[in-house]
Amino acid sequence: MKSSSQTNWLKPYAVFTALATFVLVCIGGLVTSHEAGMTVPDWPTSCGYNMFFFPISKWVGGIFFEHLHRLAASGVGLLTTILMVWLLKSRTAPKWLRVLGVIAFFGVVAQGVLGGLRVILLKDQLGVFHAALAQLFLVLMCAIALFQTDFWRNLPIHAQTDTHRFRPLFIFTTTLVFGQLALGATMRHQHAGLSIPDFPAAYGKIWPATDPAAISRYNQNRMEVIGYNPITAFQVELQMVHRLVALLIFVAVGICCWRARRLLGPGHLLTRFTYVWSGLVMVQIFLGAATIWTGKSADIATAHVACGALCLVTGAMASIIACRLLSAQSESYVTTARGRVAKNELATLLPSSSISKS
Amino acid sequence: MKKFALSLALVALTASAQLACAGDITGKVTLKGTPPPEKSIAFDDTCSKLHPTVSTTRHYVVGADNGLANVFVYISKGLEGKKFPANTQAAEINQQGCNYEPYVSGVTVGQPLAIKNSDPVMHNIHALPKADGNTEFNFAQPSPGDVNDTKWVASIKSPEVMVKLKCDVHPWMFAYVGVQDDPFFAITDKDGNFKISGLPAGKYTLTAYHLKAHGANPGETQDITVADSPVTANFTVEVPAH
Repeated sequence: MKSSSQTNWLKPYAVFTALATFVLVCIGGLVTSHEAGMTVPDWPTSCGYNMFFFPISKWVGGIFFEHLHRLAASGVGLLTTILMVWLLKSRTAPKWLRVLGVIAFFGVVAQGVLGGLRVILLKDQLGVFHAALAQLFLVLMCAIALFQTDFWRNLPIHAQTDTHRFRPLFIFTTTLVFGQLALGATMRHQHAGLSIPDFPAAYGKIWPATDPAAISRYNQNRMEVIGYNPITAFQVELQMVHRLVALLIFVAVGICCWRARRLLGPGHLLTRFTYVWSGLVMVQIFLGAATIWTGKSADIATAHVACGALCLVTGAMASIIACRLLSAQSESYVTTARGRVAKNELATLLPSSSISKS
Repeated sequence: MKKFALSLALVALTASAQLACAGDITGKVTLKGTPPPEKSIAFDDTCSKLHPTVSTTRHYVVGADNGLANVFVYISKGLEGKKFPANTQAAEINQQGCNYEPYVSGVTVGQPLAIKNSDPVMHNIHALPKADGNTEFNFAQPSPGDVNDTKWVASIKSPEVMVKLKCDVHPWMFAYVGVQDDPFFAITDKDGNFKISGLPAGKYTLTAYHLKAHGANPGETQDITVADSPVTANFTVEVPAH
């Protein structure tokens, strides 16, 4: 195979694998939203069948979501394996990119094992790790896809000095988003339904009571249809922390957007990323509220998971691009795909909207 | 002579009848207050065919004269240190019409619980005990007629009020089983009535526990003395304040 055709097909393949990973995250979200994680008690078989030959007639109730998740995961595992081999065999992929491909392979294997062990060991805690690792894996797959693009290759390295410290700001905010996703995963894997049934109040208050009598009252007054676990004080406090961190993220992403617009310019690449990021965060906050208002409707709760994943990916990509575009120290030359270029000649290489005055 | 023998026989009969009833505790649990309305269960397509009538949750099942069903009535004090043989006759819990029957049941430690699937659809049985010595389990019953009477006794080895069973395939399916060291417990019927038989003479604390009304609280208690005549113990359970 010619190296040019390898490069040509590797880019869309990497993008496809990243998209498939996002779909897998959404299906995983459906599993937990429908409380279906334990519907198939065995693994790697499915009710005694080989996973790939489990009769469709038996995909009833919650089994549909859990089994679909296992099949989709197998598909993403195969796609990731092929991606790793492709990167290893590629003559143009740098060493670090090949290493990322190997990490992705081990990541997807770890995910599969974690998911299986969660079922056979009956451990909710493994479900939390499984959910959190899924988000990190998605970021990795998106990053690998990004690194295949012409956009990335043409992005000048350290074209501007990071005078205003956008890199640590983006990285910090992205880390905050990941922490929030981990909090959300912990909440969802309590299998206790909504620990607080109202929003923006919490049991009609700014901060709900969590003494034993109050918790007992919450459980006594809840007429649950699903066989949820009882609400605990920990779960109520967890949801309140989740709400507070959501507010923090709203402020942090807002600061990213405001500073980028003011200091880099409204048309700067990074500023445009922050516009998308802000929009996603606002949608995410609405979806979080809607999850409560709809009594934890499975579809809304899953959309909340999906949007959370997109918030993380957007922040991660913005951080990666910021690290490539911005340097810690002032440089006279920058390195591009066309070689080293003097900074004052950079404008001739890029569209005028992508880089503002530094 | 004949009259004397007849009188003697009558006395003996009465005495033996009284002895048979001694150690019986009967009573009624009534609900005070108006419970929140039960919620309708939205079955999936498969289960709606098996369960064509409207079904609701069963948090408060109230019968005649405010009798409260599904209250677990048991001896919470007075039997310490006493050992009773495990009931070897298997109790049964059935999955029928995509619901568990009964909703609340009771077994002794070591007593088998036959978990049966009467539906032409797969259920999984996921037990979530909390007491030390009791182990969570989860297994599938894919076919109608499947019965498992070993999993429960292999996993549940300690008293617990109450162990939850649920089906993850059909998340509206859940039921509860009370586990006791002794056989002196009962579950109130649809009109709130219960009867516990054969309790040895002595002083005890009787507890009536309702899952939703009491939650994490221990339930209503009454001190009783069992002697030569049956004991009547009625309870009133209040709907918790909203």
